[in-house]
This record gives sequence, structure tokens and C-alpha cells, in this order.
Amino acid sequence: METDMIGDLSTSAKSMGVALCLIFLLAFPVMGAEEIEKKGPSDWIMKNERIRAGHGKYPILKQDFKSGDEITRACLSCHTHADQDFRKTIHWTWLVEGPDSETPVGKSGYSLNNFCISTNNMNSKSCLDCHTGWNGKKGQINCLSCHGAIDFNFNEAFEDIAYFNGLGDEESKVMAKDLKQGMQRAIEAVVTPERKNCGACHFKGGGGNGVKHGDLDTSLTAPPRDLDVHMSEAGGNFACTRCHTTQMHQVAGRTYTLPASTTRKTLLDDDLLSKITCESCHSATPHRGNDKLNDHTDKVACQTCHIPAFARGGLPTKVWWDWSKAGVLKDGKKIKTEEYLTIKGEMRWEKEVKPEYYWYNGTIRTLTLKDDINPAAIVKVNEPVGDRNDKHSRISPFKLFRGKQPYDTQTNRLLAPLLSGKEGYWETLDWKSALTIGMDHMGIPFSGEWGFVETTSVFPTTHMVAPAEKALACIECHSANGRMKKLEGFYMPGTGRAAWISRAGLLMAGLTFLGVLGHGLLRMASKVKRRNR
Amino acid sequence: MKKMYLYSRYERLWHWFQMGFIFILMVTGLEVNGLYTLFGYEKAATLHTGVGVTWLISFFVFVFWLFTTGEWKQYIPTTRKMAEVIRYYAIGIFKGEPHPVPKQMDAKHNPLQRLSYLILAAALLPLMMITGFLYWKYNSWEAWGLSFLTLQGIAFVHLALAFAVMMFVIVHVYMTTTGHTISSHIKAMITGFEEVEDDFHSEFEKRARQWKEK
Repeated sequence: METDMIGDLSTSAKSMGVALCLIFLLAFPVMGAEEIEKKGPSDWIMKNERIRAGHGKYPILKQDFKSGDEITRACLSCHTHADQDFRKTIHWTWLVEGPDSETPVGKSGYSLNNFCISTNNMNSKSCLDCHTGWNGKKGQINCLSCHGAIDFNFNEAFEDIAYFNGLGDEESKVMAKDLKQGMQRAIEAVVTPERKNCGACHFKGGGGNGVKHGDLDTSLTAPPRDLDVHMSEAGGNFACTRCHTTQMHQVAGRTYTLPASTTRKTLLDDDLLSKITCESCHSATPHRGNDKLNDHTDKVACQTCHIPAFARGGLPTKVWWDWSKAGVLKDGKKIKTEEYLTIKGEMRWEKEVKPEYYWYNGTIRTLTLKDDINPAAIVKVNEPVGDRNDKHSRISPFKLFRGKQPYDTQTNRLLAPLLSGKEGYWETLDWKSALTIGMDHMGIPFSGEWGFVETTSVFPTTHMVAPAEKALACIECHSANGRMKKLEGFYMPGTGRAAWISRAGLLMAGLTFLGVLGHGLLRMASKVKRRNR
Repeated sequence: MKKMYLYSRYERLWHWFQMGFIFILMVTGLEVNGLYTLFGYEKAATLHTGVGVTWLISFFVFVFWLFTTGEWKQYIPTTRKMAEVIRYYAIGIFKGEPHPVPKQMDAKHNPLQRLSYLILAAALLPLMMITGFLYWKYNSWEAWGLSFLTLQGIAFVHLALAFAVMMFVIVHVYMTTTGHTISSHIKAMITGFEEVEDDFHSEFEKRARQWKEK
């Protein structure tokens, strides 16, 4: 009897516990937007250490905004210099100085890649999703694209609110009010950029999650410690801006033409360093009690050992993109699988990719649409600049991205097709018109003849820094088939690069052994002979 | 049969320490060079460096001992009886002839030994240590004004000498079997006492006395 009762009790206690857990889970769902909804933005905002001003208290932000530009004007009424500063940055211009004054590079310049190739002077509509304006370079900057804590589609909301209000019935008015409230919360939740803010574009470069960089994808929004020791909450909980320091909206760290770091200073040398590198905090001798590891830092970048592989967050990265295979329809319909897209061609994806290693001084040399190429060889759309004899170059890890893309068979130059929009290839599947219109936007003549050439591009692997205990073991490089195998012209222990000396030495030693063996056998034989006498 | 105390305690200890050093350095060194994987590169390199530096430091103690005890004289090269010794190992040893230069207290080594030990201790090993030390301290070359060196060159010399040492070890170990009995030389390096045949020894002593009297 008693045992039964206890049994009943424990069962009911269990089910109550489960129920309580469920209620608890339902009442307090995921942190973030839902939490804000419950507690109101200002409460949440005051608890967010990255916000030190409660924007919910500013009357100027409590307006009936009709467009993004109006929101920005409200922002600028206090942040009076933000606009003029921001418009000088690459995040706005998508341009940096190129090889000559006529040939600026950058996303809206003459440089290109082997993903979506070019923005066609910002005429390819889908590229503009990532521009920091409300409507390209026309009109105001969009402060909230980087400073908004809540992901909210303002342009869509403005249209919908106007539509619902236009309908005029009660239900629609409620819908419009709800939308307006959501928008208000999004406007007031202003932060210094968090990982997901930068990630909204940089995690999804190349048209999707993790596509482009390999060391940047949404797994870094809340990474576990093993994935990124600095950005994980268990580690440093760094926002991107912790290292990509910012002065007057200039974010440090680009690699187009300027070396990512020209000086190897620590914050002890210069506490106002504008570019935070590994060495800024860790110094050039970061390995305590291991001088041999410290001896590497003159020639080997920290990332080389401390990022054993990229795309480690469970998401794959694209490693191959063959545009020449695009355009194939199945039963008159566009194919859309992971390996093949009618509008894009053939793709290959990989996870946990071992990087390629090159000498690198921090600069990436990029090809432009005006450069002649040799279509008989694999064309380097961009490549790391560096040399083993250069003091500023170190062996660094890269994602090498390969693919095939169109080029002008008459001029031997790479081509920039227009992809998105009504006239773009993705709509028309017509290379000739897409290439003609695309090159027209760039102001470069197109002969009308095109072919496809294999190309490579590189991305410096610098994120996804593993904890020290997960860094590469010595033998990963110091072995005959080590990771540095493709780097030549220098001696490296453990690689057997001076193998002929070893062979010669072993041969000599072997002959010596045979010599003494023969001598010994002769001695034995002669002794036996003498004894028999 | 007569026993002669040839090797002092320090000398014996030093000999076997060196054997240990050479063994560990050879095994780890060839691994660091990439010939095979045994300990794993990191352990091999750490062990190699640690033992190498230990030997380097204790080598100074050996040099000190060598000069304070006057034992360095044992390594002065000579051509006296050189031809006889070579002839002995090439021909005489097979005929059961006696060694032309029996061991004695103030002349432990025959002329061939003197020469090979001198080359080993005064050239081969110091060169190994210098190149090894430079190899280890590669990053300080610039500060020391040694930028003209190349790691490739240093590694080459170090490795080539290592094979010379390997060849020495092979011959050296074999030569231990050429004593009065197969193990008498090794026993001597353990106990300090070498077994020497009476008549050869007295014959040698006789001759030595005669030589001194002259």
C-alpha cells in the first residue's frame, strides 16, 4: 500500500515537474525578440551592455515614420556627423583606390570575383540587399542595418502599413498598428553592431550562409568555444568590432589594397591602435614557456596553427562554382539542388576544410575587368601578396575558391554578366544579353564572343580561431606530407626535404656495417681454421 | 692473465652517458629530419633539444676534466706504429698475431684510436654541437650578426655529421669485440679493469723500459 502511494506520489511529482518545465519554457521562450516583446525595449536595452543610451526615451524616435530616409533623418538630428563620416567609408561607397585613378576597385568598382562576379556598378539588384543605404546610394544611409538589434524589414513594413491603412477597415487598422509597434521596437533597439549585424551580410557573402568566406557563417552568431574562442560567450564574447576597431565609422580590417596590418605592434606599444591583430593583445611571444613555438611567429601567422580548419560550425562552404554549366532546364523548369542550379551552374560544398597556405603580407592583389588574362591557364581572380624573403610576409591560411566564369574570347578579359533583375541572366538565361548589358553598365566594350575559363580566388582564413588546445600539432606541418608541402624554397625540419643526404648517409652507414660484419666473419673463420690446425 | 686499471670512474660514467646521448639524439634526430615517425615530431624535437643541450653543457665538464687530469695527452696523435696497427687490423688479426700496441696506463689508445678519438672529440662532436645549437637558436641569428647562414646549410652539416657519428658508432662497437675476449673491452669500460695477456704486456713493458732508458 505504502509503496504504491509513494509510487503515485513520485509519478505525479514527475508529471508536475514536466508540466512546470513546459510552462516555464512556454512563458520564457528564446531570449531576444520575444523577450523584448514581453519586457519592452527599454528594459531589455538597459540590460544589454552594448547599449549605453536608451533610445526608447528619445521623443524624436517616436514619430509616424513613412520611410527609411525619415528614420535616418531622426538619427542624424543627434548624430550630426555620422552621415558625412559614413559616406566616406567602403561600406557606403563600395569603392577603394585601384591600380589607377580610372580603375577603382571594390564591389562597385572594376574588381570581380568568381562567385556572382560583379555588382555591375551596383546595377545588379540582388547585390544591393547588402548595401547600407535604404535604396542603394540614392537617399539616406540606413543606420539600422548595422545598429539595429532587431532584424526587421522596414521597406516591406512601410508598404504594408500604407496598404492596410488604405483598406481602412478595423481589422486592417489593427494589423497596421501591430506592424507599427514592431517597427517602433526595431527603431529603438539601437546597439553598437553585434555579431549578427555584421553577419547579416558578411556571414552570407556570395549569396547564402557560409558561401563565400568559409570562416564566416551564422554559426558565429553564437559560437561554441571550440569554434571561436574569442567570439563564444564561454570565451571572450567578442563582437566583430572588438578587433575590427572603428574610427568615425571607418571599420578596420579590409585587404583590398592596404595590408591588413603593416606594423606588428601590441596595445602596450600603442593603445590606440586602429587595427587589432592577434599580436595586439597576445604579443609576438604568446606561448608561455615554449620558446620554440614563439620562434615561429616571425614566419608563421597565428591563424596558421590556431585555425586548423574552416567551415567548422556545421555549415558547409562553397568550394567550386562552374558557371559554364548554367542554363540547363529539366522538363522546361529550372533545377534547384545543392549541386546544381539552372541559374548558377554546378556547385561543390565542403565542411571542415583544411586551408591552403601562402606567404602573405596582408594585401590581396585583385584582377580587374580591364586586365588581360591568359585563358590557357587557370586565372587568379585575386591572390595573396607576399614572398618568403619579405620580412613582412608570413605563412597564412586561405580558403581557395575555384570555378569557371565567362571571359571575352576576343579581348581575353573577364566579363561581368548582369545576373539579377528582369534583364539579368537569372531571369533570361541568355548569356549574350546578360554579358552585353552587364558590360555596358561597366562601360567596357564586349566583343560578343565569350567562353569560360577556370579561375581561383582566395579568402584569408582569420575567424573561427580554436582554443589553444585545439591548435595544430607540430606534425601537421613537420612531416613529409605536411600542410606546408606546396611552399617551396626553404628548409623545414621533419619534411625530409634533404632526403638525399639521408639516403647517402644511410648508404655509407650500411656499407660500414657490411664492412665490420665481413671483418668479423673473416676473424671467426680464421680462428676456426687456426684451431683445426 | 693480468688486470690493468685503465678507466677512472668519471671516464666510464662519461663514456656511457655519451652512449646514451648519442643513442637518444640519433633516434630523435633522424625522426626530426623526417626519416620515420616514432615519438611524434613534437616529442622527438623536444627530447632532441633537451638532450643536446645537456650534452653541450656536460661537454664543458669533460673538457675541464681532460685538461686538469692531463688525460688530454692520451689524444695526441702519433704516426708511431700507425702502419703496424693498420696492418694488424687488416692482416694480423686473422692470423692470431698479438696487437702491436698493447694497452697501458699512460697510453690507453693505439695510434688509430688516438686519431679517431681526437677527430671525434675535437672536431666531429664540437661541430655537431655548434651546428645543433645554431639550428636550435635559428631565430637569434639576426641579432647575433649571423644572417649569412642558412638553415638549410646548418641542417645539412648537422645531418651529414650525424651520419659520420653513426659510422663511428658502428665501427666502435665492432672494435670492442677485438679484445682478448669478445667482451673484455666492454667489461673494461664497465669495471675500469682491462684483461691483458701477461706476456704481451710484459713484452711491451720491457720494450717501453728500454725505450725510456734510451
